[in-house]
Amino acid sequence: MKNIWTITKKELKSFLYSPIAYILTSFFLLISGFFFYNILAWANDQTMRMMQSGYGMNRININQMLFEPFFNNMTIILMFLLPMLTMRLFADEKKMRTEELLLTSPLRLSAIIIGKYLAALIIYAIILLLTATYAIFVFIYGNPELAPLLTAYLGLFLLGAVFIAIGLFASALTENQVIAAVISFSSILLIWVISWVGESGPGAWRGILTYLSFFSHFKNMVSGVIDTQDIVYYLTFIFLGLYLTRSVFEFRKWR
Amino acid sequence: MIQVENVSKRFADVQAVKDISFKVEKGKIWGFLGPNGAGKTTTMRILTGYLPPNEGRAMINGIDVSTDLKSIKKIVGYLPEVVPVYSDLTVKEFLRFVAELYSIERKRIRFAIDRVVEKTNLQDVYGRLIKNISRGYRQRLGIAQAIIHEPEVLILDEPTIGLDPAQIIEIREMIRSFKDSATVILSSHILAEITQVCDGAVIIKEGRLMATPTRDEWGKNLEIVTTGMASDTDWSDLKQAFPVISEVRAEGQVLKLEFSETLNDFNKIIKYLIEKDIRIKEIKAGLEALYMKIILAEEGRGS
Repeated sequence: MKNIWTITKKELKSFLYSPIAYILTSFFLLISGFFFYNILAWANDQTMRMMQSGYGMNRININQMLFEPFFNNMTIILMFLLPMLTMRLFADEKKMRTEELLLTSPLRLSAIIIGKYLAALIIYAIILLLTATYAIFVFIYGNPELAPLLTAYLGLFLLGAVFIAIGLFASALTENQVIAAVISFSSILLIWVISWVGESGPGAWRGILTYLSFFSHFKNMVSGVIDTQDIVYYLTFIFLGLYLTRSVFEFRKWR
Repeated sequence: MIQVENVSKRFADVQAVKDISFKVEKGKIWGFLGPNGAGKTTTMRILTGYLPPNEGRAMINGIDVSTDLKSIKKIVGYLPEVVPVYSDLTVKEFLRFVAELYSIERKRIRFAIDRVVEKTNLQDVYGRLIKNISRGYRQRLGIAQAIIHEPEVLILDEPTIGLDPAQIIEIREMIRSFKDSATVILSSHILAEITQVCDGAVIIKEGRLMATPTRDEWGKNLEIVTTGMASDTDWSDLKQAFPVISEVRAEGQVLKLEFSETLNDFNKIIKYLIEKDIRIKEIKAGLEALYMKIILAEEGRGS
């Protein structure tokens, strides 16, 4: 545990000393803020109309009208931004040849991998936490439900955690950060859209592909439903990403 | 003690190291010599546990590299060819990180860092960012990270590459001082470096072991390249003046001396020759002659 923290601490330092973390955070907040503003304006408009016409008054739901579309939009930003957060994790070590220092130290390979993973996860958690300011505004001026909001945040956090695991794996494959980002972005996109293929496919495939896609699992959580199946799905994906990263190093020894 | 027995390492389509065996006694400094791509770095990486061998055994202090990697990593200090430093950290932060990598106790970290900073003369750049320090300091920092956990075996891949002459001398002195506490292996292109610093050498070419001469062996001969030496010069007086010389031969402008025992200090002989008005162009200590013979022989150019 102490060993993992050694790596995490060093990675956090590298993140904070380089401009990447700040630029990513700023742009994430800028874009998500823009989305939030637009969705809020739209939700406001809808609510006004409903109130004027008196039709569908009982269906006004801030969580549904505001947070659901907002979180769905955030996933798109994450798909672009998280690969940029993870791309340097191992690629840079390889390029700068510092990898030899880590791999000849008594630290276990898994400690190095988990340490790096945690560092990216912490940065991501901080970014997410900053978006909570939008939610605070809604709580000040309205009365949304807290529980579904927290569930949605948990869903978003887990989704991002999967993206980071994929990004870490991609970063271990190459010494070129851009290639790492392209690999992780493409993989995430592919696993995302797999459900589209699933919907039009034959029966058995439909089930499997829909299960594999991030989309179907995120849908539940963002609408406030916690299903252990979804959590297991995310955790399995994270484990798989970290395990594959480890395999890359094991494989390279014998190449 | 380092023991390498019939070690081979293959990569996808290259046989990097083939059936290499050698032994380095405790407290000795041994040099790895060979052309680029000879397999020096691969052999060193096997000893550090970075790469597993395909065949054979590599052992450090009796511990097999393939079976107990964790113990090996704790007792080996390694300076790779490219110094592994994080340029966005300061020297202090970096050394602290390495100390933590090696699980040095929290209260001893400060002491460990002070020790290596003093040993490698890093005081002046201690608080600076690594990206802003010079090549010489970087190399010293590389050595500092390799010795922070007081390793019993120190493996240095080209420790003086890219340094200026003054820095080279400084690093050599440093390496010599490690002899008291560790067994050292270093690789180098510079023959004079191996001659001056090492107790023995492992000469590798194309992944195969060519020779393992020791200081005793190469200390027993000397080649002096001269200019304007008369071919019929009588050298019997030289032999009389220095009883340690067992044979003197002149081949063209090259004077070849052999000694009956290992000689590390040739100064008196050189002085004698200068007084005799022999103009000296180049002095080749025994290893250089041996190395050239081995490396060039197969190419059919050497003698």
